[in-house]
Amino acid sequence: MARALINAPAKAKRGEVIEIKTLISHVMETGFRPDGTGKPVPRDIISEFICKYNGEEIFRAELFPAIAANPFLTFFTVASESGTLSFEWTGDNGFTASESVNITVE
Amino acid sequence: MSRDERRLQRTRRRFLVETVALAGAAGIALPLAVEQTSATPASMRAAIKNIVGEAPLNKGKVKMDVPALIENGNAVPLTVSCESPMTQEDHVKAIHVFTEKNPQPNVIGAHLGPRAGRASLSTRIRLADTQKVVAVAQMSDGSFWTDEVEVVVTLAACLEGS
Repeated sequence: MARALINAPAKAKRGEVIEIKTLISHVMETGFRPDGTGKPVPRDIISEFICKYNGEEIFRAELFPAIAANPFLTFFTVASESGTLSFEWTGDNGFTASESVNITVE
Repeated sequence: MSRDERRLQRTRRRFLVETVALAGAAGIALPLAVEQTSATPASMRAAIKNIVGEAPLNKGKVKMDVPALIENGNAVPLTVSCESPMTQEDHVKAIHVFTEKNPQPNVIGAHLGPRAGRASLSTRIRLADTQKVVAVAQMSDGSFWTDEVEVVVTLAACLEGS
């Protein structure tokens, strides 16, 4: 399982706009780069990222080979209620990873 | 001229001919290889049209933050933010980023909604060449807004085997 790092506040005021930062370890092989023999290395990227807040999708991104290795994504959401933020990455060769963090809203 | 001398001359001539032929072949092969692995401004416009359709593309509202001079194209910090109240009636639905000369024009397509609170996203991208980067935002009312930045890349992202 790929290593994923999430940076989101553990506590927030109701209605506050919070910043969520995500980072996951992945080579993001473009499929355009030749190996030693001149043949292109097959593509191996994360193609989709989804963030859900208590099961409801709040952010989704399609990633392409132009995203740098170890994809880093920052986005925002409104802290509406206490609960869980879950993150899912899916990609080539059956790659999947998930992570979740809890948030307390006062 | 002795026989040895003649043979020497012949090999020298052959060497010259072969070198020129090799250089010629490489000269033709190289631009072809580059063309194959690079998007063009036209293919970028096609990719944008895929998203936008026939709707007009307006300048403004979107702001792209990317360094103008990039030393390493392998990881370029990019931030795209849009002016929007992000309410149920008026919010940003999607943010797309395109490049002109990467192997593929698409970079990222992000979908957000009124729950985002602020229409902004940051990531790190690869840039293969000195080129134009374009961001397109789709609003909930169906309008499209755009911003573009010219960037200079000194070390390109890994296109060569390195």
